[in-house]
Amino acid sequence: MSLAPAPAQLRMMPDPMLPHPAVIEEIQPEAYGIATFSLVFTDPAQASTYRFQAGQFNMIYLPGFGEVAISISSNPGTPKIVGHTIRYAGSVTRALGRLKVGDMLGVRGPYGSAWPLGKALGKSLVIVAGGIGLAPLRPALLWILRHREDYGRVVLLCGARTPADLLYSSEFERWQAGGVEVHTTVDLADENWRGQVGVVPALFYRIRVDPKQTLVMTCGPEIMMRFVIYEALARRIPKESVFLSMERNMKCAIGFCGHCQFGPTFICKDGPVLNFAAIEPFFGKEDF
Amino acid sequence: MAQGLPRISANVVVPKPSLQKVFDNLRSSGFSLIGPTVREGAVVLDEIAGVEDLPLGWTAEQEPAHYRLKQTQHQGYFDYGVAPQSWKRFLHLPQVKLFSVEKTDGKWVMKADEETIPLRAFIGVRACELAAIGIQDRVFLSGEFRDPHYARRRERIFILAANCGRAFSTCFCSSMKTGPKATGGFDLAVTELPDAFVMEVGSEMGSEMLRETSWEPATAFDLGRAAQTVQNAERGIERELRTDDLPKLLYDNLEHSRWDDVAARCLSCGNCTQVCPTCFCVTVEDTCDLKATVADRTRVWDSCFVREFSHVHGGNIRPTIRSRYRQWLTHKLASWIDQFGTSGCVGCGRCITWCPVGIDLTEEVKAIREKVQR
Repeated sequence: MSLAPAPAQLRMMPDPMLPHPAVIEEIQPEAYGIATFSLVFTDPAQASTYRFQAGQFNMIYLPGFGEVAISISSNPGTPKIVGHTIRYAGSVTRALGRLKVGDMLGVRGPYGSAWPLGKALGKSLVIVAGGIGLAPLRPALLWILRHREDYGRVVLLCGARTPADLLYSSEFERWQAGGVEVHTTVDLADENWRGQVGVVPALFYRIRVDPKQTLVMTCGPEIMMRFVIYEALARRIPKESVFLSMERNMKCAIGFCGHCQFGPTFICKDGPVLNFAAIEPFFGKEDF
Repeated sequence: MAQGLPRISANVVVPKPSLQKVFDNLRSSGFSLIGPTVREGAVVLDEIAGVEDLPLGWTAEQEPAHYRLKQTQHQGYFDYGVAPQSWKRFLHLPQVKLFSVEKTDGKWVMKADEETIPLRAFIGVRACELAAIGIQDRVFLSGEFRDPHYARRRERIFILAANCGRAFSTCFCSSMKTGPKATGGFDLAVTELPDAFVMEVGSEMGSEMLRETSWEPATAFDLGRAAQTVQNAERGIERELRTDDLPKLLYDNLEHSRWDDVAARCLSCGNCTQVCPTCFCVTVEDTCDLKATVADRTRVWDSCFVREFSHVHGGNIRPTIRSRYRQWLTHKLASWIDQFGTSGCVGCGRCITWCPVGIDLTEEVKAIREKVQR
């Protein structure tokens, strides 16, 4: 009836809030209270058509508990098995932590923007991660390792609270061998730690960058990213070359619930990967 | 039907008693009638049986934090102002079940909610409210994702708009360019005169609902009286919200001291977001039976004034009332424009009337503008 009636096919449209059942193929403990869940869709059609890009996320659903937005941390080249590195932090993730291999959960996605791996072709990359912020960057690293010749120098600066909290540390050697320089730091060392102690942005002092030829991609606590951006800009890397992945409360992931707004940006659909130049007026504003 | 039916965009005069005939036509076409009716000291929107349920002779006093029903000397069906409820509650439901999950033999079966949606005729939709529906259309239907729950309801409504004949003290539709006259998006639009209705036909369906109503083409005199009625409303508007410097004014003043000032008054109750016809924020609730074999997901209205709204691991993004009021106002008047190409405000004034402490967004914006701080 009036006002641009919704086309009839809307009635046939699948509900974008409806998850697809998936089964847990593997649970890989990564650090204290953190594990990677490898999931496979039970519907073969869904499993074979599902694709994602590095930096995107899924909504993981546990009936009766709720849904959480979790970055995809596995290789975008092998989308049949979708990995999510989950920290047991809230009521839903803690319930996820009680699941076993073979258990089911719901998945919908992928959602959001991706790391600018196309824009980065032929350029050098500084990838900066703090704590579980490495999870959404891992698909980008795996992609780069597979297409190593397409990129210039690739540096990973990453840190965690303690050496035991460094994610994917068993893969670092392989990444180094594949042509990614890995620099690590921890806030609190133990007796076996021989590396750097301190905050992640300080790792910038261990590298030199060509500002015109370098893109920065970062994910971690917002306070860390603020100083990563500070270090990048101090090295004359243009704002337009700095990309960050942000986190906000999300209930729908498709721009309807309003929870993830950050100024004009919906983190769920315009982000989570955002260009710093686009969000600069709002970034770091208190309680914004 | 010797008389035939008026064309789309025609203006006709319908005698007052014929309004019931329009209602009868709607009902015999399968529509249930949702309209204004007096209940519990307010005009509410609910199912109505016929014209006898309309708030005949009722109007309301509206001021910041003040709403009182009042009897008038006029015998007008559409003399009331916008009510605390808006049509949002019939399109973007306060509570809608998304789906349920049943666990059988270790397998899950997800069932989408397949509720049949009735045909509904919205009676007495104001111009500002039509604009609000248009804004929610953009939110729910224009993007990459579409909300099927909204869409299924949206496509099954008939809209009988009612042009305003008077303004209320909290109205400012002329500032937002949404009223007081409905200019499109309706099936029928009535302007109420003391002795008759002038009706504009907005659609074929609207025209059909005029059968056997003894309508006649509107004369220049009728049209003049209808225009006069709307002009009365427009002239009665006291409030103003300047929009030419938005969204920049708010973006440039995110640290203005006025946010502290309003935060000292705001109770963070969320009334403004519940009565707002465009506010769309929701949350999701999960329930399950004791054996954890059946689980439901339900979407319910939420409010950016709720402290947990912005909760992430480690705390809330907006822990203060100052930050939550700033979020609401900058979203409504500024970032909404970036997101959806339209302001989120239609000037209906509900948030002013129903704010328990009478915060008036037009005053807040004015205060920021008058003392620009960088």
